[in-house]
Amino acid sequence: MNKTMLNKKLLSSLLLAMVLSACKSTPMVDKPAAVDDKSPNTTATAPAAPVADSGADTAGVKDGSVSGNPLTDPNNILSKRTVYFDFDKDTVREEFRPLVEAHAKYLAEHGSAKVILQGNADERGTREYNLSLGQRRSVSVKKSLNLLSAQDKQIETVSYGEEKATANCKDEACHQLNRRVDIVYEGE
Amino acid sequence: MKKLFKLFQPVLFLIATLTTTVAHAALEIEISGGSAQQIPIAIVPFGQAVTANQDKIADIIAADLRRSGLFRVLETSGVASRPTEVSQVKYAEWAVLQAQAITVGNVTALPGNRLKVTFGLADVLKQTQLVTMEYNIAPNQLRLTAHKIADVIYQKLTGEGPIFASRIAYINKTKNRYALQVADADGVNAQTVVSSSEPIISPAWSPDGTRIAYVSFEKKKPIIFVQSLTTGQRLTLANFKGNNSAPTWSPDGKKLAIVLSHSANSQLYTINADGTGLKQVTKSSAIDTEPSWSPDGKWIYFTSDRGGNPQIYKVSAFGGEAQRVTFQGDHNLSSHFSPDGKSLVMVRKDGARYSIALQDLASGQSQLLSDGGQDESPSFAPNGRVILYATRMGGRGALAAVSSDGRVKQRLSESGGDIREPSWGPLLN
Repeated sequence: MNKTMLNKKLLSSLLLAMVLSACKSTPMVDKPAAVDDKSPNTTATAPAAPVADSGADTAGVKDGSVSGNPLTDPNNILSKRTVYFDFDKDTVREEFRPLVEAHAKYLAEHGSAKVILQGNADERGTREYNLSLGQRRSVSVKKSLNLLSAQDKQIETVSYGEEKATANCKDEACHQLNRRVDIVYEGE
Repeated sequence: MKKLFKLFQPVLFLIATLTTTVAHAALEIEISGGSAQQIPIAIVPFGQAVTANQDKIADIIAADLRRSGLFRVLETSGVASRPTEVSQVKYAEWAVLQAQAITVGNVTALPGNRLKVTFGLADVLKQTQLVTMEYNIAPNQLRLTAHKIADVIYQKLTGEGPIFASRIAYINKTKNRYALQVADADGVNAQTVVSSSEPIISPAWSPDGTRIAYVSFEKKKPIIFVQSLTTGQRLTLANFKGNNSAPTWSPDGKKLAIVLSHSANSQLYTINADGTGLKQVTKSSAIDTEPSWSPDGKWIYFTSDRGGNPQIYKVSAFGGEAQRVTFQGDHNLSSHFSPDGKSLVMVRKDGARYSIALQDLASGQSQLLSDGGQDESPSFAPNGRVILYATRMGGRGALAAVSSDGRVKQRLSESGGDIREPSWGPLLN
């Protein structure tokens, strides 16, 4: 049996299994929840963090202090958003200092601008530990931004762990690209 | 470990669930190894007066017992008689097959669209009945009933606790879609609980099996949800600033241990299952993550790099000083308790290899259960005899299982799928 046939068979089987299960009278897993499920949140959670899909405009444009958007101008260092790290390290390498300084300066000058620092790790190790490793890197970038006058309330540190890593890396050059922090501005 | 494998003639079975019936396609299971003394058992096809039965109960029982590696299921087609209750068994016929045990059974219709399943187990050598059972079920409970019968046979003949009537959860990634799926322990009846274009990780069963906690990146950051498997309703358990991850349930199902980062490194917290009552458990400058709650409820074991490299530590569930638990291996991560609380399974890194290791908590002794590579996400079967974990095959994620003595190994794969983050759930009622 070729792969496509297998997949088709699998798909139809799964669909049939879903239909069959929907008829069951016993409680089973019969209602897949949509991810956009807005079921009532009864938790007393902290205010929701700014997320990247919350709007279209950047704070820079809103402030009216610039005519173009420096954050996306390819000739501006602010358009560079990625800080890479050494294996098992969270120190910001010298070559990324200018990039981090530029973003710190932008945040200091634009008090309403907010960033999410998204840490990442390579695929070696467990997913949850890598989530924490990526977090440590985003915290490291945050500290550098703080030192240069960006405020805590402008910065959220999160991690994707190894989830956005290029899988099946064969060499160090590939792993290196996965050990990074991406700087994402609110509204982007 | 090498020595161990030489003792056993590797046996290979292939149970192609994909090709048996259309409604039950799912994971393909491959078994290798087995106990030196497999119990030879004859499983006579059940009498089935009800034509609507798509499932062959005897086949499901046989597959369960084979998968355990502790049984040799005998070919019964050469025997003319087809007893459906123990009183009809002519023991001499089955002694010829060298069967030590025989199971027989029957399915009949009851009023109101119900079925009656009867089953008996007998000792062929002693010519005595060991157990009989009767189940009054809805037609869609036939597979579950077969698993329960397999559990009765397994318990009676091996002395181990039940295992087959349970479910597993895992993440199935296809193209750019992540689906949290729940399937029967034999890989059949896979159903999607939640799916997203963003990653989902760390599914964790509530102790009663009615809810699953998991981490979803659907809002572009890790948030913990708890979802009911009966209604599909879910609540946001933790959505604090920073990361919310690594949920694990307390043994009484009232709380979860979780990991929050806020604006710094990952730290352990406990929270009520309704999202109230957040309490911080660890306060370190290091990474503290991957909690596992001890079955007696007193301790939370976790991964921390406070000593330089990730190792397993334990802390009182109410907080306090942490003590280191693991001392062998370069790194130890992602620990999970055995149901009896006596041992801990974990991911061990030696050199560049990540393997599954089992540590006896009283003696501190440990052994590797997998030969490694990129093995992770271990969890125990409800009876503690099998450990399910994630491995990689051909560049894709697959599931594997190993008996806690390291003798029987299984690999579960799905064509086209990339499966990771397995978790074995509790027994079904």
